[in-house]
Amino acid sequence: MTFLTFVSIIAGVMFGIGALAAVYRIIRGPSILDRALATDVLLAIAICALGAEMAINTHTDTLVVMLILAMFAVVGSISIARFMAKQDAS
Amino acid sequence: MSASEIVVGVLILVSAFLSMAAGIGIVRFPDVLTRLHAATKPQVLGLAAVLVAILVQVPTWGVLTTIVLVMTFQLLTQPMTAHMLGRSAYRTDHVRRDLLIEDDLGRDIEEHDQEDARR
Repeated sequence: MTFLTFVSIIAGVMFGIGALAAVYRIIRGPSILDRALATDVLLAIAICALGAEMAINTHTDTLVVMLILAMFAVVGSISIARFMAKQDAS
Repeated sequence: MSASEIVVGVLILVSAFLSMAAGIGIVRFPDVLTRLHAATKPQVLGLAAVLVAILVQVPTWGVLTTIVLVMTFQLLTQPMTAHMLGRSAYRTDHVRRDLLIEDDLGRDIEEHDQEDARR
């Protein structure tokens, strides 16, 4: 087993724990702001995992996907935060 | 096992650890503002580590320019998101006020209201 295979297993477990925690917060989150924030974290973890996969397998096929995700990650959370009504608690 | 492999492995592990820390942080912290603090770690430092790892593995100009673009977009948009979420959380009372040491925004709003009342 090479060094990078070992690294990819450990990193996969860590990314998985982070993503599962974010999904838990999306399901449980007391307010919609918590859910928007957890969605942002899930997206950031997805971008990081895409990049880690590219670095381990030495290719650049999904670099454009990372670019598009980084460009459009902002839309959801800002629209939720901007148009959130005062009495909307969920 | 070459030197570049070790660098790439360490950078990927840093990014994975920051992602895990953010996940644990948003589960365990009590309100939106403290979760916001935990959430910003993989979005900036984790992404930077992974992008440098890609550049070490594939060192060409096309990859470098795309990486600079990705990092620029992330650095432009994430502070905006954090600002809007924090502002919205404060205005809709999703803040645990008993955990605040000092409430600067509340004091400013109060002063502003008093000025309006005097006019």
